Amino acid sequence: MRWLLVALAVFTLALPALVAPATAIEPDEVMDDPVLEARARAIAAGLRCLVCQNQSVDESDSSFAKDVRLLIRERLLIGDGDRQIMDFMVERYGEFILLRPYFAPHTYVLWFFTPFVMIVGIVILLVRLRRRKMLQARPDDDIETSLTGSEKKALYSLMQSDQQREEKPE
Amino acid sequence: MPIELGHFALILAGTVALAQAGIGFFFWRIGGRITSYLRQAAILQFLLVVASFMALVQAFVVSDFSLELAYGYSYTLQPLIYKITAVWGNHEGSLLLWIVIATGFGAAVAFFGKNLPSDLLALVLGVQGALGAAFIAFSVFTSNPFTRLFPPPAEGRDLNPILQDIGLAIHPPLLYVGYVGLSVCFSFAVAALISGRIDAAWARWVRPWTLGSWAFLTLGIAMGSYWAYYELGWGGWWFWDPVENASLMPWLAATALLHSAIVMEKRNALKVWTIFLSILAFSLSLLGMFLVRSGILTSVHSFASDPTRGMFILGMLFAVIGGAYGLFAWRAKSLRAGGLFAPISREGMLVVNNLFLSTAVVAVLVGTLYPLVLQAVNGTLISVGAPFFDLTFGLLMAPLLVIIPFGPFMAWKRGDFVGVTQRMAGAAGLSLLLAVILVMLSGESVSLASFGLLLGIWVGLGAIADIVDRIKLGRIELSQSWRRLKGLPKIAWSTMLAHFGLGVFVLGVVSVSAWEVERVERIAVGESIEIAGYTVKKLDVSRRLEDNFVAEKVDFEVTTPWGWVSQGSSEKRVYTASRIPTTEAGILTYGFSQIYISLGDVSEDGSRVVRVWYKPYIILIWLGTVIMAGAGFLSLSDRRLRIGVPKSSRTVPEPAE
Repeated sequence: MRWLLVALAVFTLALPALVAPATAIEPDEVMDDPVLEARARAIAAGLRCLVCQNQSVDESDSSFAKDVRLLIRERLLIGDGDRQIMDFMVERYGEFILLRPYFAPHTYVLWFFTPFVMIVGIVILLVRLRRRKMLQARPDDDIETSLTGSEKKALYSLMQSDQQREEKPE
Repeated sequence: MPIELGHFALILAGTVALAQAGIGFFFWRIGGRITSYLRQAAILQFLLVVASFMALVQAFVVSDFSLELAYGYSYTLQPLIYKITAVWGNHEGSLLLWIVIATGFGAAVAFFGKNLPSDLLALVLGVQGALGAAFIAFSVFTSNPFTRLFPPPAEGRDLNPILQDIGLAIHPPLLYVGYVGLSVCFSFAVAALISGRIDAAWARWVRPWTLGSWAFLTLGIAMGSYWAYYELGWGGWWFWDPVENASLMPWLAATALLHSAIVMEKRNALKVWTIFLSILAFSLSLLGMFLVRSGILTSVHSFASDPTRGMFILGMLFAVIGGAYGLFAWRAKSLRAGGLFAPISREGMLVVNNLFLSTAVVAVLVGTLYPLVLQAVNGTLISVGAPFFDLTFGLLMAPLLVIIPFGPFMAWKRGDFVGVTQRMAGAAGLSLLLAVILVMLSGESVSLASFGLLLGIWVGLGAIADIVDRIKLGRIELSQSWRRLKGLPKIAWSTMLAHFGLGVFVLGVVSVSAWEVERVERIAVGESIEIAGYTVKKLDVSRRLEDNFVAEKVDFEVTTPWGWVSQGSSEKRVYTASRIPTTEAGILTYGFSQIYISLGDVSEDGSRVVRVWYKPYIILIWLGTVIMAGAGFLSLSDRRLRIGVPKSSRTVPEPAE
């Protein structure tokens, strides 16, 4: 679960850079060029191993995952971009292979629903706050002004005794 | 014979539950004798279910394969503990365990609830009865654990080897206690809506149940995570598996509930919202049950299943959500708004906390259900996996972590933002200093992870700073500070501990995500792998014959950077009855860090692929969650929160916090 780092990435407006995820990659698969290798790993981490139970191609030691990892490296050597390789995989295995779905009309709800709920929540809170302020502006609703003198005194002495209670250890 | 008795006891418990529900709903106003009848019914129902569960356990222990369930999931040569845990290592048996716990909670309410108003108690027990009846009907009609087999086979088919682990004895029971405990909050919410009794006292009655369920849920999820970590053999600890999400959602909702109930208890505000959350938390538990048991998902956790089960739970889910929220929509308007508060106040902070937590529930919910919905709508198959959740969940959690320490510092009603910031400056400065020192010591360049560290330290230190501030350390005489320290209410300590545990958890997550090191090499006996200063040397390979599996065992010798030498071993096992292979990782713990060794394939020359991970401070992940759960139990032990105590008016005044 790298949500924290990803969160921080966006939070600090930086790019997620580091992170070496767990992997099932085998020694003979590793590419000579470390930059290409890092890209291969990142792509593999975003692809679902289709014969496993919720593992990425990067994590699984199934033969399917191994084939896909090798395929990624082949495409990288040809000079394909990351997105091209993703598209290639989707063409070959269907969109199901992407662990993070494309941003497209059929996934708008998926991507927008959470921010939408957050915004609705904030709006509701702000509206309530405004309404409450208007209520408070009316003097009758203010408890302290609606109390009689003797009630105020009683309230004050109650608060005093509460404070004393707090000062004393239990 | 015992099996038929158990079967009968379960059916009897179902009828008792039905009677309990009917009488509770129709005669709750009478109270008095009705309530005492209901209390007896709840306890009787529990005893009957326990008896039926015991019958099942007995059949597994003596390997009675005339019981279909024992044949399917047991084996004569299993160790006794796995024979017992195998009872709930399958759909039918685990459902019965669920029912045991559900009726157990009903009985607990009946037992401890003596001091509740009798009409409220009658309603709560009525709702519990209805839930119990539904669960028992589900078991008897669609997932009956007592089906017989004739002629009885000579040998069972064994439990899935992955489940033959102490984890199965710990993880499901803890998790179920958490899930099912939320049903009590649900029952209280429904009872409150029907009776119209929704006030600060209600919040205080519900709080122990929320706290208990939350603490158990926390432990259950954490133990499940550790189990997956050491058993599945690829070193991950959270996979955003739909079933994990199904447990995370009730947890998030329960966490939100825990906080909003505080506002309701202390300030009589947020009543409608607290009721809403009580219903939501249990609905999410049921949703989890649906996801796991309907067969709609493929997952490590899912049980083989048939569609009638899915339909049954779906029906129950609709009844619970529809019924409770219908009632909610009908009655919520009649609730009067409680105490007022300014936006910058303790209440305000708790509202913000709830905003983030409930939006996080939505994020996880959407990610988990969207692929299912999309497939049902137009057949498009997509995956929503870790990268999606990392992004959305992370975006919500990071700001929440930043503001958490502010909460306990704020005064009720009207807080002083500038003042609080000043009082927290010390903690903030210290956090920054510590983070800088740690990053410098580690020799890493400044990266995201350093901000992660800062955040973790900030949450942890912020929690401690609250206590330091409360006892006015350094601002008054030390002896007086000491007296204030001793006088602090337990709830202050548990708040501090829970938030501190969260900080510890965050530190673990950050360090293992950022500084984990991995080596995959093909090595022969005598060769070694260097990793993060550690040397992992492959010693020898041996075969191990156990009663129920054959293992190939590889011994390793690990030398630490500071020269300690210790030994560990990894195994590849094949279980005799099921022929299923498993990997047992070798895990060596050094302080809070671990070396994790997993075996790959053997090549023809006898060398073997060995995967080694250095997992820095990974233990903090589980330590943090255990601290959080411990804080829950500590708060539960507070005398003022014990059930029944609210009767006494002496305890009502709170020390100003």
